[in-house]
Amino acid sequence: MATQKEVSVVGSLADLPDHANGARHLVWWGNLGFMLIEGTGFALAIAAYLYVLSHSSAWPPAGDALPDLGWSGVFTLGLLLSEIPNLWLLRQARAKKEQAVRIGILLMTVIGVGLTVIRLLEFGHLNVRWSADGYGSMVWLLMVLHTTHVFTELGETAVQALWLFTHEVGDNQFSDVEDTANYWTFVVLFWLPIYGLVYWMPRLS
Amino acid sequence: MTFALQSNEPKTSERHARLAQTWADAPGIWGFLTTVDHKRIAARYILTTVVLLFAAGMLALHMRLQLSFPELKVLGPQGYNEAFSLHGSTMLFLVSVPVMEAMGIWLVPLMLGQRALAFPRLAAFSFWLYVGGVMTLWVSHALDITPDLGWFEYPPLSGSAYSPGHRADIWAQMITFTEVAALAASVNMVATILKMRPPGMTLARMPLFLWAMLVASLMTIFAMPAVMLVTSMLISDRLVSTVFFAPTQGGDILLFQHLFWFFGHPEVYMIFIPAVGFITAIVETFSRRTIVGHTAMVLSVVAIGVLAFGLWVHHMFAVGLPKLGNSFFTAASLAIALPAGIQVFCWIATIWSGRPQFYTPFLWVIGFIITFVMGGLSGVMTASAPLDLQLTDTYFVVAHFHYVLVGGAIFPLLGAFCYWYPKATGRMMSERWGWASFLLIVGGFNLGFFPMHILGLMGMPRRVYTYDPSLGWSTLNMVATLGSAIAVLGGLIFVANAFLSLWRGAPAGPDPWGGSTLEWAASSPPPQHNFDYTPVVNSIAPLWSEDPLRMLDGVGVSRREVLVSSLAEAHPEYRQKSAQPSIWPLLAAIAVSIMFIGSIFTPWAVVWGSLPIAGALTAWFWPQRPRSKTGPLRVRV
Repeated sequence: MATQKEVSVVGSLADLPDHANGARHLVWWGNLGFMLIEGTGFALAIAAYLYVLSHSSAWPPAGDALPDLGWSGVFTLGLLLSEIPNLWLLRQARAKKEQAVRIGILLMTVIGVGLTVIRLLEFGHLNVRWSADGYGSMVWLLMVLHTTHVFTELGETAVQALWLFTHEVGDNQFSDVEDTANYWTFVVLFWLPIYGLVYWMPRLS
Repeated sequence: MTFALQSNEPKTSERHARLAQTWADAPGIWGFLTTVDHKRIAARYILTTVVLLFAAGMLALHMRLQLSFPELKVLGPQGYNEAFSLHGSTMLFLVSVPVMEAMGIWLVPLMLGQRALAFPRLAAFSFWLYVGGVMTLWVSHALDITPDLGWFEYPPLSGSAYSPGHRADIWAQMITFTEVAALAASVNMVATILKMRPPGMTLARMPLFLWAMLVASLMTIFAMPAVMLVTSMLISDRLVSTVFFAPTQGGDILLFQHLFWFFGHPEVYMIFIPAVGFITAIVETFSRRTIVGHTAMVLSVVAIGVLAFGLWVHHMFAVGLPKLGNSFFTAASLAIALPAGIQVFCWIATIWSGRPQFYTPFLWVIGFIITFVMGGLSGVMTASAPLDLQLTDTYFVVAHFHYVLVGGAIFPLLGAFCYWYPKATGRMMSERWGWASFLLIVGGFNLGFFPMHILGLMGMPRRVYTYDPSLGWSTLNMVATLGSAIAVLGGLIFVANAFLSLWRGAPAGPDPWGGSTLEWAASSPPPQHNFDYTPVVNSIAPLWSEDPLRMLDGVGVSRREVLVSSLAEAHPEYRQKSAQPSIWPLLAAIAVSIMFIGSIFTPWAVVWGSLPIAGALTAWFWPQRPRSKTGPLRVRV
């Protein structure tokens, strides 16, 4: 059958919209895919932490001080509270409100800068070096992994804010803001088990 | 489903010309560097893997020459270590996984009746980063910094105490390159298959190849982060003195093996499952019927995808883990033979109840079934922990994994290459030379690798660079070398056939084999936009069940657009703008490469290396829209 298959045009898709929101939008699935990849990375790092913990006689090993709860508590509280403006921003993006989205993304950028500063202070209060022992290496692994995500998300939010303030916002950009807000929620949610492991597990073991 | 007919659509030939213009690449080198055409990207991916396959084959032949007689000096111990490390790392990380993804990148949009992948620039980025990984390994080899610890580099041997210099770092960072490339390709694949199916192609009507690519891509997403994590931890131990794998300082040596094999075992199935898709497509076309037990086949592919994550410890039976754990992993390893068995029976039943036609692609199916079943059976043997203790690190294992990987993935790949070659090039490959290369490769392979089972049972360990004549291994080693040489000759004929057929092959026409899936409705080779219209599907084999093939118009002609549809039922949802060609994926890949290579030498590369990456990604995603007329940063004229 070397000839071209006969075709008959039976209708048109021209009336379809040229944009969609939420899970109907193609990029939403790309965003989900990258969350799955990074979520798997987090889950495996957590599993590795628990594996080393289960093979240790003391956690933290004798001589290591416990991590401080001060700045980490502020960071955790700040991160959880950031979900309020973040979810508000998500709603504004879905409603395609240009001004509100601009304000929301600027607010999230400022919050991101604040949280990053607190995170850097937090590193000074882990009270163990990465090279000290297996415990120290694992704590730093989880912290660096999460901080990388806070940094990248801050970068993305800041660039998006700059774009949104300088350009006319179209449907695709509202979807981009939705994706950014969803990703921030992902970064917030994955902090909770890491916070528990880094700051509370050594106190409970 | 009903659609309104539109009267203002351009006429067919004019439409084709306008689409060609809309989807055209820039001419010359700029077009080469900026293209986001999935077919061009896949073609260069595949050509690169062919070159590497040749290089890895030459390494294999070099090793076989060294082993053909006892106490030869063709390769010294260091040269031999480098040869098998380079061979294994190239084949596993730079050939097998990438070539399967490349086949998906090329075929998935065509099989969906689409004009592009979901994220065209991500596909380009994936390829350029893969090139970075290839160069990391092979340029290092040219500079004599060749990894020399095998394709899995366990600490403490790979730690800085026993492996000073940068050989181990090169290996670890090459993996990071290729895994990021593979992950980017996999996300693209999943989004395309789930959200870009043509109207009527419900999940139940999805060809098995698409199911296979979907499952393999999801497996990649869940498995590859493990190897990226573990190789990053290794580099970190070597570079900034973390102690993840230092047992005397509270780290754990086996953590490396657990994380590596959590990826490493599923990887075998990430290579095998796309092959299941190839084999099914070929079996259907050349048996002239749809696959027997389509649902059973889909379920078995999904079952393998899930079970593959529960087997990793069978690579670690000899390290002294608790017996109960070994028993569990033995059971899981045996269990995966069940879905694999179902697949083999479905293929045999399809061939049995069909009208088989023995063209070259179909020959590879036969070669695959015989070889893969043998590899599967030796896999059932090694799945048993007590027997594995005797066989591990012997040539029996070398024979086993070559039977499953070459028989289970490379043979189907060669079949797939012959099967879709006319579609990609518009020419037929020579059947006569196809037969010759098939007989030489399959015959040479079995002659080369079957004796290794016996050598393993006789106690010959893998990775030894020579052996004593008194051990009685000489004859079988000589046979193995002869077999390998015959297989390499067959491989050269295969490649020569492919190249010469570009000029000398008979014109193929759009559907030379009478295939059933949508790619055969496009012309050969397909134009850059693949299809002038969007096909409608009413069965798993639309080209067999529909005449004429129903099509819809309305997806953009003068701007790049693709159709996005619903997840389960494939109802059309909206028309998505598709990305224009761009130089930024290449520049982003270069920026990432600089950061990856820099981080072998200094941890600060992660910091300063991130800035050019951020710049390139910003430019890549910067939307082209008018400047704002309101707000504090509005345009001022």
